[in-house]
Amino acid sequence: MFVYLDNNATTGVAKEVLETMLPYLQEEYGNPSSMYEFARRPIKAVETARRQVAEFLGAAYEDEIIFTSCGSESDSTAILGSLQAQIPPSQGGRDEVIVSDVEHPAVFNLRKHLERMGYTVKVLPVNKSGLVETAALEKVISEKTALVSVMYANNETGCIMPIAELTEIAHRFGALMHTDAVQAAGKIKLDVQKLNVDMLGISGHKIHAPKGVGALYLKRGTSFRPFLAGGHQERGRRAGTENVASIAGLGKACEMANEALEYEQTEIRRLRDKLEAGLLTIPYSYLNGDKEKRTPNTTNISFEFIEGEAILLSMSDKGICASTGSACSSESLEPSHVLLAQGLPAKLAHSAVRFSLSRYTTESEIDYVIAEMPKVIERIRAMSPFWHEN
Amino acid sequence: MWDYSEKVMDYFRNPRNMGELEDANGIGKVGSMACGDVMYLYLKIDPKTEVIEKATFKTFGCASAIASASILTEMVIGKTIDEALKITNKDIVEALGGLPQAKFHCSVMGSEALEAAVNDYRGIKPEEKEELEGKLVCKCFAVTDKLIEKVVRENHLTTVEEVTAYTKAGGACGSCKEEIKEIIDRVNSHPCCNL
Repeated sequence: MFVYLDNNATTGVAKEVLETMLPYLQEEYGNPSSMYEFARRPIKAVETARRQVAEFLGAAYEDEIIFTSCGSESDSTAILGSLQAQIPPSQGGRDEVIVSDVEHPAVFNLRKHLERMGYTVKVLPVNKSGLVETAALEKVISEKTALVSVMYANNETGCIMPIAELTEIAHRFGALMHTDAVQAAGKIKLDVQKLNVDMLGISGHKIHAPKGVGALYLKRGTSFRPFLAGGHQERGRRAGTENVASIAGLGKACEMANEALEYEQTEIRRLRDKLEAGLLTIPYSYLNGDKEKRTPNTTNISFEFIEGEAILLSMSDKGICASTGSACSSESLEPSHVLLAQGLPAKLAHSAVRFSLSRYTTESEIDYVIAEMPKVIERIRAMSPFWHEN
Repeated sequence: MWDYSEKVMDYFRNPRNMGELEDANGIGKVGSMACGDVMYLYLKIDPKTEVIEKATFKTFGCASAIASASILTEMVIGKTIDEALKITNKDIVEALGGLPQAKFHCSVMGSEALEAAVNDYRGIKPEEKEELEGKLVCKCFAVTDKLIEKVVRENHLTTVEEVTAYTKAGGACGSCKEEIKEIIDRVNSHPCCNL
């Protein structure tokens, strides 16, 4: 059996999404910037998608949506594009940026770049449950803060951050608020007006659109300079010929995700909870992250005494795909910074496995994983010098 | 996804000589759980001939750490201690049909475990051994200058990145990178001296 439970890493393109895309890769290949009739349908496809994404995000205006190439580009565009439109620190402008300790590298690794631009980057801690607390922001924010960036939902634990409350604090100090909503999209209802954020980014391939397309919500009136400069596309805010097929796919994926939100909150949550309960019957296994305030599709569990990469490869032999917080699975030698940030000891971060479901996950797949995982864990534990049966 | 050789995956899936050894008279324990890999090597050595009669392992770590330990047990069985100590991390990598460079430290851990097990058999206590092993360079992963010198010499390493791949040294906070560079330069400028 093949069971894909790594939907926070990427998802398969939905059949309906692919069908929406195909005409623009084949017969309707016109450039939306062209003047003839042949470009009309590609132009319409992009604008339909813009409306679908705006609806998905709860945006007031369609022109608040900018198409990008991925989640990382959405983050860089938002943070760097908005800061470049402000008075720079060297000329007496605001000189602090605040990010959380559990951001995705797409935001977290902008720190050095921001420091070169003259900003001091302050890092918000998370509590033991992996959540950013509003008090933490109150403590470090000041009139010198130019921008606050906190992810909506964490990729590893699924923890949902209190974005509306954090935005209220940021705005009270006159700072811009950005949120990376890549992992929240399709899992919880997105509503940029309720959140009142200035910028919010999503990525296509996490919601059954293809890789290589994303979107940024930029609230009307937010000062901004293009991050990718050049042509006039996207109303001069993002140069480059529109990736028409993928943009059309993203629009369709957003529409489908919106329709599936209820299913996500009920059925996917039920399957996730069933999986989690099943896995936690394995001795010395622990849930990482807040049990309530998290996306309904994610569970992150540490299986003590063993290391994640060995677990994943052994799972892979059973046809089960998931991911790990262990250092061994990546080029870096440090285990998950997200799990360490919430105070998990390194040994438990090395043994963490993340399972992430999608609306295509079935009950029989979950039953199979619940049945197979104890054998996987037992096999790897038998090799561990720290594991003793009693 | 690592591109592991067939042999690495075979030793990971079907580990040879896995488990504790009841009558072991030399046990080597290296690595740390916080760093993500720990290797225990158990040897049964004939005191008269100093031939390693039995060898087993237990590993906390990734597939390549498990495979390195497992194949090492096969490589040492039947050898005398002195013959076995000639096995370098390079020999382990070769026996496994290659390892991704970032995983070379698993093979280094194999040769360290072997040394530790022989030291244990010879009654050299870990405290004394630490002195033999020299000065701590990488504090994050507890790597000494002696180990760095050894891997640089045996594998003809020339860059800090390579040393990190072999030993993990410099892979976390990175504050020891200067010192690693100095060790590389020192070893490579005296290729025949036993520093």
